[in-house]
Amino acid sequence: MGVSRRNFLKIAGISLLGLGAKPAYDVFAGRDLPEFAQGEEAREAKRWAMVIDTRKCRDKDGCQDCILACHRAHNVPDVGNSRQEIKWIWTEPYENAFPNQEHEFLEETLKHRPVIVLCNHCDDPPCVRVCPTKATFKREDGIVMMDYHRCIGCRFCMAACPYGSRSFNWGDPRRAPKEKNPDFPTNPNFPTRTKGVVEKCNFCEERLVAGLLPACVEACKEKALIFGDLGNPDSDVRKVLRSHYTIRRKPGLGTGPAIYYIV
Amino acid sequence: MKMYDAGKIIVGIIVFVTLITFPFWYNRGKAAPSPKPKLLTREKECVEPTPYMKTSHMRLLNEWRNSVVREGNRLYISSNGKKYSMNLANTSLSDSCMGCHSKKAEFCDQCHNYVGVKPYCWDCHIEPKEKR
Repeated sequence: MGVSRRNFLKIAGISLLGLGAKPAYDVFAGRDLPEFAQGEEAREAKRWAMVIDTRKCRDKDGCQDCILACHRAHNVPDVGNSRQEIKWIWTEPYENAFPNQEHEFLEETLKHRPVIVLCNHCDDPPCVRVCPTKATFKREDGIVMMDYHRCIGCRFCMAACPYGSRSFNWGDPRRAPKEKNPDFPTNPNFPTRTKGVVEKCNFCEERLVAGLLPACVEACKEKALIFGDLGNPDSDVRKVLRSHYTIRRKPGLGTGPAIYYIV
Repeated sequence: MKMYDAGKIIVGIIVFVTLITFPFWYNRGKAAPSPKPKLLTREKECVEPTPYMKTSHMRLLNEWRNSVVREGNRLYISSNGKKYSMNLANTSLSDSCMGCHSKKAEFCDQCHNYVGVKPYCWDCHIEPKEKR
């Protein structure tokens, strides 16, 4: 007697499963995922941070070195219209930079002191929380970055940021007035942005990865900007923070800024 | 069976079909010339084999973009184990895409124009000045 019907069906079923094994294996084996690596000279940190010594800025009234260096390095145009201006790093009067830490009878020099302000690269950044496309995100090393490819220009982040650190491109930056931006784009190795995208300071992520310091830090002749790793007790920022009284902007909001000020 | 206004309808159908098929018979036998992108490269091979680059360079560039922007990586390890820096058009680095494929008009644009795609890379990234 040959194979019983029952056994035949069993064997047939198992054989069918076997036929399906190869395609299933292919799906799970897949193509090898592409491999990536960090740049070789990249600077790494647990938490990047900056200390700004505003006393040195006071001594050099009207100095714009850091601002110009940053805006040149990142192709930030002068749009010539304060309502549409684009800024990554700029100055604010003391009372505007620290609205809860001023009073009527402030020291005379402090009152009119220009304070360098930029993105605070917060511990708990409200801009990241509100971004609907995750175009703004926080990196492991604390840098709050933007992926301009993903930005849809909704400007939620601008509403969320309590420091006004974000600017919207109302027009194409490449069409900014030529007389104010004669050699725009100033850095051919950094992209410009397009119309309808929000932009902000990136803590010079592209320079850190090449082993350089941020453009503003490098440009400051007075060494008023100190950059380093908060996670390393021997870093420049930690040393300065240990030896000076420092304040942060709007600490009560709980955003945890990584920019510290010596006043 | 009686057809009302048969003359008008039949003429109408003929005119309609003629008009609709006009592009087909008008261009018969005249295929648009296929693009011939010029390879003006220093290197002998691209980051991945040519057939893969031809079909999937856009996917590769998307992966590169995400890896660079979101993960902070700068090096790509290709399938043959070589390391390349993930750069589209950095003039200070010789091994960027445009460092090798130095003439956009004679390389990228050839096929992109032929198939009618308009990648928006250069809306933001700065096209390197072509060396004459």
